[in-house]
Amino acid sequence: MAEERRQKQCSVTLPTESMKAMAESVGVGQLQEESCVALSEEVSYRIKEIAQDALKFMHHGKRRKLTTSDIDNALKLKNVEPLYGFQSQEFIPFRFASGGGRELHFYEEKEVDLSDIINTPLPRVPLDVSLKAHWLSIEGVQPSIPENPPPATKEQQKTESTEPLKVVKPGQEEEGAIQGKGQGATAPDGKGKEKGSIRLKPRSTHELSVEQQLYYKEITEACVGSCEAKRAEALQSIATDPGLYQMLPRFSTFISEGVRVNVVQNNLALLIYLMRMVKALMDNPTLYLEKYLHELIPAVVTCIVSKQLCLRPDVDNHWALRDFAARLMAQCCKTFSTTTNNIQSRITKTLTKSWLDEKTQWTARYGCIAGLAELGPDVIKTLILPRLTVEGSRIKAVMEGSVVSNIDKIGAEHVQSLLLKHCASVIAKIRPQPDTVEQYRTDYGYLGPMLCSHVIKARTQAALQAQQVNRTTLTITQPRPTLSVSQSGLSGSGGPRTPSIIKVPSSLTLMSPRPGTPSQPSPPATKYIVMATSAGTASTQQVITLSSSQSASPVTSTVPSATSTLQPLVKVESGSGPGLAASRPLQKYIVVSLPPSASSSLEPKSSVLSTSVSSTPLDPGIKLERSESPGVSTQSPH
Amino acid sequence: MAAVQGGMVDEKEEVDIKTEPQSDGLMNTNATDGRQLSPSPSSSSSAGSTKSAAGAPEDQQTLLAVLQFLRKNKLTESVEILRREAGLPEDALDTKGADCSAPSSGGTAGGVDGLDAGSLLSRVAVSSSAGTPAPTKAAVADDQPDVSVVLSAYSQQGDPALYKVYYSDLKKFIESVLDCHRAELSQVFYPLFVHMYLELVYNNHESEAKAFFEKFSGDQECYYEDDLRVLSSLTKKEHMRGNETLLDFRTSKFVLRISRDSYQLLKRHLQERQNNQIWNIIQEHLYIDIFDGMPRSKSQIDAMSGSLAGEAKREANKAKVYYGLLKEPEIEVPLDDEDEEAENEEGKPKKKKPKKDSMGSKSKKQDPNAPLQNRIPLPELKDSDKLDKIMYMKESTKRIRLGRENLPSICFYTFLNAYQGLTAVDFTDDSSLIAGGFADSTVRVWSVTPKKLRKVKSAADLNLIDKESDDVLERIMDEKTASESKILYGHSGPVYGISFSPDRNYLLSCSEDGTVRLWSLLTFTCLVGYKGHNYPVWDTQFSPYGYYFVSGGHDRVARLWATDHYQPLRIFAGHLADVTCTRFHPNSNYVVTGSSDRTIRLWDVLTGNCVRIFTGHKGPIHTLAFSPNGKFLASGATDGRVLLWDIGHGLMVSELKGHTDTVYALRFSRDGEILASGSMDNTVRLWDAAKAFDDLETDDFTAATGHIHLQDNSQELLLGTYMSKSTPVVHLHFTRRNLLLAAGSYAA
Repeated sequence: MAEERRQKQCSVTLPTESMKAMAESVGVGQLQEESCVALSEEVSYRIKEIAQDALKFMHHGKRRKLTTSDIDNALKLKNVEPLYGFQSQEFIPFRFASGGGRELHFYEEKEVDLSDIINTPLPRVPLDVSLKAHWLSIEGVQPSIPENPPPATKEQQKTESTEPLKVVKPGQEEEGAIQGKGQGATAPDGKGKEKGSIRLKPRSTHELSVEQQLYYKEITEACVGSCEAKRAEALQSIATDPGLYQMLPRFSTFISEGVRVNVVQNNLALLIYLMRMVKALMDNPTLYLEKYLHELIPAVVTCIVSKQLCLRPDVDNHWALRDFAARLMAQCCKTFSTTTNNIQSRITKTLTKSWLDEKTQWTARYGCIAGLAELGPDVIKTLILPRLTVEGSRIKAVMEGSVVSNIDKIGAEHVQSLLLKHCASVIAKIRPQPDTVEQYRTDYGYLGPMLCSHVIKARTQAALQAQQVNRTTLTITQPRPTLSVSQSGLSGSGGPRTPSIIKVPSSLTLMSPRPGTPSQPSPPATKYIVMATSAGTASTQQVITLSSSQSASPVTSTVPSATSTLQPLVKVESGSGPGLAASRPLQKYIVVSLPPSASSSLEPKSSVLSTSVSSTPLDPGIKLERSESPGVSTQSPH
Repeated sequence: MAAVQGGMVDEKEEVDIKTEPQSDGLMNTNATDGRQLSPSPSSSSSAGSTKSAAGAPEDQQTLLAVLQFLRKNKLTESVEILRREAGLPEDALDTKGADCSAPSSGGTAGGVDGLDAGSLLSRVAVSSSAGTPAPTKAAVADDQPDVSVVLSAYSQQGDPALYKVYYSDLKKFIESVLDCHRAELSQVFYPLFVHMYLELVYNNHESEAKAFFEKFSGDQECYYEDDLRVLSSLTKKEHMRGNETLLDFRTSKFVLRISRDSYQLLKRHLQERQNNQIWNIIQEHLYIDIFDGMPRSKSQIDAMSGSLAGEAKREANKAKVYYGLLKEPEIEVPLDDEDEEAENEEGKPKKKKPKKDSMGSKSKKQDPNAPLQNRIPLPELKDSDKLDKIMYMKESTKRIRLGRENLPSICFYTFLNAYQGLTAVDFTDDSSLIAGGFADSTVRVWSVTPKKLRKVKSAADLNLIDKESDDVLERIMDEKTASESKILYGHSGPVYGISFSPDRNYLLSCSEDGTVRLWSLLTFTCLVGYKGHNYPVWDTQFSPYGYYFVSGGHDRVARLWATDHYQPLRIFAGHLADVTCTRFHPNSNYVVTGSSDRTIRLWDVLTGNCVRIFTGHKGPIHTLAFSPNGKFLASGATDGRVLLWDIGHGLMVSELKGHTDTVYALRFSRDGEILASGSMDNTVRLWDAAKAFDDLETDDFTAATGHIHLQDNSQELLLGTYMSKSTPVVHLHFTRRNLLLAAGSYAA
């Protein structure tokens, strides 16, 4: 009976063991069981009483958190000496100890050396209380200023864009209430549905107030103007101001139009400014950009792959813009890609297609590779590595050929360094040691020797980092594939977030264990989802259009990469790393091939897998399993 | 012991001031003592012919206990009087009965404050000298019984095993009655449950009590949850001794309002079933207010219930309340011309008309509901006050008319870097100063106008200035001390309440240290520390005419003070738990207090009587606001609801739901059209007060019975919701031109 009652919300009492422990701590040795029971009941009651009084002080202190001073005050109320000096940096300052069959929680009182305290410099004096006034509302309308919460929270914006009928904008609601048109006001947390059974989404008027218009003008002028200080300020404002929700459509049009015009005019500086605006918008935590991606993404992609972005391609550093835009694109994919809009796969397709085109210029080629590379090591592994040989030969042709223009040469150099930069770290992870130049040459052709040196460098770096970085603190600031995980079995320990295509957190476990331990079981549930669909029917790209309904050919191949032509886009490195192939029984490879460049695609399984993007695109999931590993089941990725 | 002495002095003070003999200084124990002393007259006067079962020996015991107590506190005169009276027990009972017919706060004369202090002492959990006397006719004389112990004794005792049966039997019965009676009779459950549980605990049937609690606590209304939590932790008789909440519950009667039909039904059932146990509890511990007419519906009952001790008795709200405003003093407006000249010269004839109207309509017509001008003595107007009045009138002509279509602008004053320490805020009426009370015991004053805060020069320097000059008031200020804010040090605990005097020369603050302090805003020093509460003081406020102020605190009384007396003029006792907020009526003749017992009481400053009890909140009340015309009252509580009350009729007018956390601030706009509420949920909400009051239909029946039917129209009345950025709203204030100022500290 008594045990049951203990479960009850309020009738919880302290365990008798605590009584014993406390008695011992004050020197009472053998406390009888009955005394313990009586004590625990009494003590529990008193503690509850004090807690109830302390609650009163909390309420009057206009706080939500009970503090130790509340307890002190409650004790004072009962004429009990307060617990002086009880404070702790930690939330729960208790330590746990066990031994001799008993478990104890105790409050650790460290001995502190007085001279330490005296000699430590005084902490900074906290800022004094100050008053600040702002307008919470002006004649019933809440102004959008940083002091006020954003008019529509990000969640609201999101639900609005995904489920447009459910939510009413708070601004309109309030307006309705002010005009008293029988709507009544509701709390801004979207309770609007209670009001009527049938609710049409109110027509939204996109009128900007005079202040907002002025702001818009100022900001846009500053962003593309000549004064760098002003621009920094404007960008800062875009990135932090909570009230930009209303102006978002204007900004996105501004950017998209700006890019359209300036690409034609080859105005590199302006394009850079516009991209920085995109970055600022994406950084603003209160904005939900999804509704405007159809304008922003084409602009960004243009800046990645456009043939010419500047007037003097041989001198200007348009490569940096491409890199920057590629990073933006990757961030965009990471944030907004869903199974419905499939941004990432569509982008990947677009870029790959353009890359595979023989006629693509070096500049655009660079952009494509950069765009793909930024999407993460998975993409590099499945899409870029297989093409290294081809790309290498093309570079070789330019570098060693005689009749090429300077521009082509520069382009080829940049592509080469880009490939080396991105591929080296990925190879370092997936390829077992040792790195021999010969082996690399056979695998990767012209770029092989250079890659080899880069990989070795990457490995030593990784090893260095592994030593420096502590076990649990793997902080990674930039989702660049150059960051590596230590090789000592830390795989998947939580830190690295790669911009993987689909959110498989452990994509870094791709890295193979050391060759000496091929049988070491790696995390079994690793999914490699490389690419989703093959068709690009629903694309809204303006700058780069996708051709629709390509037939996809899934490829399972464990063929050594050296023999690959254009067709096998995904391959598993099995030739050089024998241990790797057999070690993971449950891996699933979902692979989509790219359209074959040559018409002579004679794939054994080239089945019709073209799907329309608008329907759930991943489901015909071109899923391929490692055929030789036993017990593999075909499983759709979702 | 200090408490006792303080109490005694209080009492003498009371005698000096010579108000109505009793009534001021009572503590609930005493009030209940009166009731307990005479169960038969009080119940027979109201509940009908039922003669109480309580016999003479028990009364005797109680009397002895009181005598004992008085002797212990050396109140010899009172002892003498009581003994003389007690010599003729019949008479004594009668007088007592008459006394206590006053609404819940009637009581005996003299010695009252002593009792007050005594009960406070008993709360400090000093164990009473003797073991608790046996529930019934034990020999008491040697035992030195403690008053509270006797009062709270559960005399009879049934078979503990049968309690469950009794209760479920009643439950079955009530569930089977007609729908119209069921809601009314269900009210009985909660008090009955509590008393049966306490009876079991009191008589040391611990396991039965636990089982009883387990079985039936889930059935109780959700708004009693907090009390049930207290109750559940109490499982031993020893625990009962120190627990004031339960002491109150046992000694005061839970008030229920039940229609005659329903009551007859219940009575018949209990008598048929010979269910004496329950019948006895109803007789002894419940006060059933029987009315003729339709039984109330569930929603009607729910609207009014929720307080610690049930609803207010009907007669408690019958007294006449002069809620009208005092006549504004006739002030010649010499500055008027200046004003006109300053603004425009040709508008002279135009200007005069509105002035006359506004002046005339206010001053000439004497409000029939207003108290006499000299009902309580008010301070004379000084010249500076008159100047201020003129300023006020000038400002009010520029006031924006608010309404549904015209919402006020809100200016939010955020206290930064306060580290959650802001506990109280006040603005001056002219909105020129802000004061903040902090948990670190400081009081800070800011000037929000360009005019900086300056101290008066030192005495030596003051000697040097030319006293005849016109700008002497300007000259006495020390320019060197000018700053935007000043800090007032003096309290030794968090400052929970703060209030500016109307003339802006003084500031009051009350604190956890039990004192109320009066500060001068000329010298920025503490002038007086008013001691008397001994426990944390939760709130204080100046009278709208200055001079008087009221304070209320953990000792469950509110005190009325005058700034030049260091002892309180009145003690308003009757609340069963902490007095959490106190407000003056705009005509200064009444004081309203809100409490943790979830009731609001309106007190007459002149007589010290409680003239209104409002029940309906389901949590401790944290803020109150009178409408500018003095007719209505708004209250906000931890339950997040704002209730509107009609003071004249003693009725609930409206229930404003919307806040999701404690409402800490309420304020009517200057013309009473809009009610602003601020809450812990970081929002300021605006409500259409005018509509709420217009919608009220008061026919004779509802006025007579107080059974209002509230429609749920919160959504219609809500005019706007304004989120702040994680800044709980602590205070609201309408400027004279109807700009709303809000204040709170940013909680990072």
